[in-house]
Amino acid sequence: MNFWSAIEVGFKEIWAHKFRSLLTMLGIVLGVSSLVAMAALVKGMENGMKEALIAIGGLEKVRVEEQDIPAKQRQYTDDAVGCTINDVYALERSAPLVTLVEPEMRMPSYYRVTRDGKMPDWVNLIGTWPSALEMNEHIVQYGRMFNDIDDENARNVCVIGTYIRDELFGAPDEVGHEIIPLGQTININGEPFRIIGMFQRYESERERKQRELQATQPKAAPQTGPKRSRGWGGHKGGGFVFGWKNRTIYIPLNTMWLRFRAATGTNNIPDPHLSALNLKVASVDELEPALQQARNVLMSTHHGIEDFRFQTQEDWAQNITSAIHHARLSGGFISAISLLVGGIGIMNIMLASITERIREIGIRKAIGATYADVFVQILIESVVIALLGGLAGLAAAYGLVYLLQTLSPTENTPIITFTALGVAFLFSAGVGVLAGLVPAFKAAKLDPIQALRYD
Amino acid sequence: MPLVELRGVSKIYHLGGEEIRALDDVNLDIDAGEFISIIGPSGSGKSTLMHILGCLDTPTRGTICLDGTLIHNATPRQLAAIRNRKIGFVFQFFNLLPKLNVLQNVELPMVYSGLSSRERRERALRALRMVDMENRSKHRPMQLSGGQQQRAAIARALVNDPKIIFADEPTGNLDSHTGEVILELFRKLSHEGRTIALVTHDPEIAAVTPRRIEIRDGRISKVIDPKLAGLDRQLETPASV
Ligand SMILES: Nc1ncnc2c1ncn2[C@@H]1O[C@H](COP(=O)(O)OP(=O)(O)OP(=O)(O)O)[C@@H](O)[C@H]1O
Ligand SMILES: [Mg+2]
Repeated sequence: MNFWSAIEVGFKEIWAHKFRSLLTMLGIVLGVSSLVAMAALVKGMENGMKEALIAIGGLEKVRVEEQDIPAKQRQYTDDAVGCTINDVYALERSAPLVTLVEPEMRMPSYYRVTRDGKMPDWVNLIGTWPSALEMNEHIVQYGRMFNDIDDENARNVCVIGTYIRDELFGAPDEVGHEIIPLGQTININGEPFRIIGMFQRYESERERKQRELQATQPKAAPQTGPKRSRGWGGHKGGGFVFGWKNRTIYIPLNTMWLRFRAATGTNNIPDPHLSALNLKVASVDELEPALQQARNVLMSTHHGIEDFRFQTQEDWAQNITSAIHHARLSGGFISAISLLVGGIGIMNIMLASITERIREIGIRKAIGATYADVFVQILIESVVIALLGGLAGLAAAYGLVYLLQTLSPTENTPIITFTALGVAFLFSAGVGVLAGLVPAFKAAKLDPIQALRYD
Repeated sequence: MPLVELRGVSKIYHLGGEEIRALDDVNLDIDAGEFISIIGPSGSGKSTLMHILGCLDTPTRGTICLDGTLIHNATPRQLAAIRNRKIGFVFQFFNLLPKLNVLQNVELPMVYSGLSSRERRERALRALRMVDMENRSKHRPMQLSGGQQQRAAIARALVNDPKIIFADEPTGNLDSHTGEVILELFRKLSHEGRTIALVTHDPEIAAVTPRRIEIRDGRISKVIDPKLAGLDRQLETPASV
């Protein structure tokens, strides 16, 4: 018997027992669709986390922060200087593996950013150098970043994130058009600052898609009740990484020192103190030696007092990787169980089917079917059931992903990949083969005379 | 050389220490074109003999030569091929596949000999014409009378143009009139030159064939062969048959 007639017989057999076959397929449908959906969720998670990792500057970025002096150096507490601009200069000079250094001076949290009585609830106001742009993966969409001359002269200029614009000037979806507040003045703790640039709006892939979708659809009902902020990420922020970036205000480092930090220095000479500094290495592979180099440099500028520490994204990245790994493992396990159950269902139904058809098998053998003919016929029937279930499962996977998304929307859009579809389909074929082996073997080894006598 | 040649064929079953000789040292020749009946009481070993002749079963002892090939030690695969191409079976209970229509049932042996679907269809229709069943080709077995089912089964046995057709009690499940029709059909096929072996327990049915072989307890007890005497003359076994 050739292959196609075997497939034809398989389909006929399935068609002859439509309801039974459908129930049997259901197991495979569930297994395959859950496999694809799990893979899609994990993929979405992975993408979202990668996106966020890039948005905060990638693995190459290392933050140098102050820390408590180690116990054995406690006696030097008064001599500990913390992070200063001298560290930045020293690193630039003496640590060739460090490609970029950026000082950061954060504004005290009680300082207020206002305009016309409006005030954003939380801002990320930092005095820094123009290199902050490259360091933190910022893109200035309108206007410009301040430059070294602005910094030198401690000018009152700032570059803002879109959240600040939204809160102080109005958001595009509220006023109906994009406001570009270049040249406008905002108030930072009583000092007027001119806006010279605005970053692009940072958002996750998912947010962007939703926004684009909404743009094509009629406007949702306007918000009722008093104006309120929906807190972190909810309103405009997106994933917290993106929200945090959108709340950024950069001002020149010198401006920060002179306007807001002079009081802490002596004789109006600004204190060169920094809240932190960021450095970037050329590649992740060089992270170890680069950090060693940076540590040596900083140990010398800190007079051997280790009051600083390196904060890499490695832990974070590792957590991401292991979270993804665990999600993939448990998802795969659950899907494997449902596929297994589906396979057992198929085997069960095939065993029942060959018992019903012992006489048929006897007749087929009497008129010339070989062992292989019968074996292949039963195996193909099993595989056809599994593959039909598999195909239905692939279709159902889209439904399942949609359902999961509507039931519990997450940060990350699940992404159905071709690999997942292919792997799930292959798995269903494999389950069909495995489930068919025993029934096929039992059918093929039937003795034709015994089988013909059976009824 | 005869078409079928059995020499010293025995089939022995062991049931709980007891030895059952379903066939005991059987010698038998069947020539091409012969119409022969195998007759005997129930349990005498007729079906066992037919299964061995028809390559469905292998003997415990003895040699069988069918159409020039020794088959007593052939592999199951070779036996399947011989059944498919050289042998046609007709059974008491028709043994058509209920899910297939008549045409598909008749095509089935050719599915296993790997003919193209066009050729299968052509030859199946020709075989159905021979048994006068072509107008029922789209019917399911369940929609046919017993006689019609048996005719369809005969068409299936004919379709691969076999060397020999074995019919085990082909009228056993039919009323006497329908049985007559089926026997008439066999006689017609015999006149067309086909080799047919008919298994029955009914002497009246056996009477339609020129040569009759009677078996009892697994042995050939009597051969009625018109050729040996020029007329119907009884011969006691064991003679070389
Ligand atoms: N598989 C088997 N195991 C044991 N004994 C068997 C087996 N098959 C047949 N026999 C025995 O062999 C003997 C011959 O059986 P067989 O079926 O050939 O008889 P038969 O002449 O065809 O009878 P009937 O006219 O009733 O069909 C019987 O005694 C039967 O019990
Ligand atoms: Mg019998």
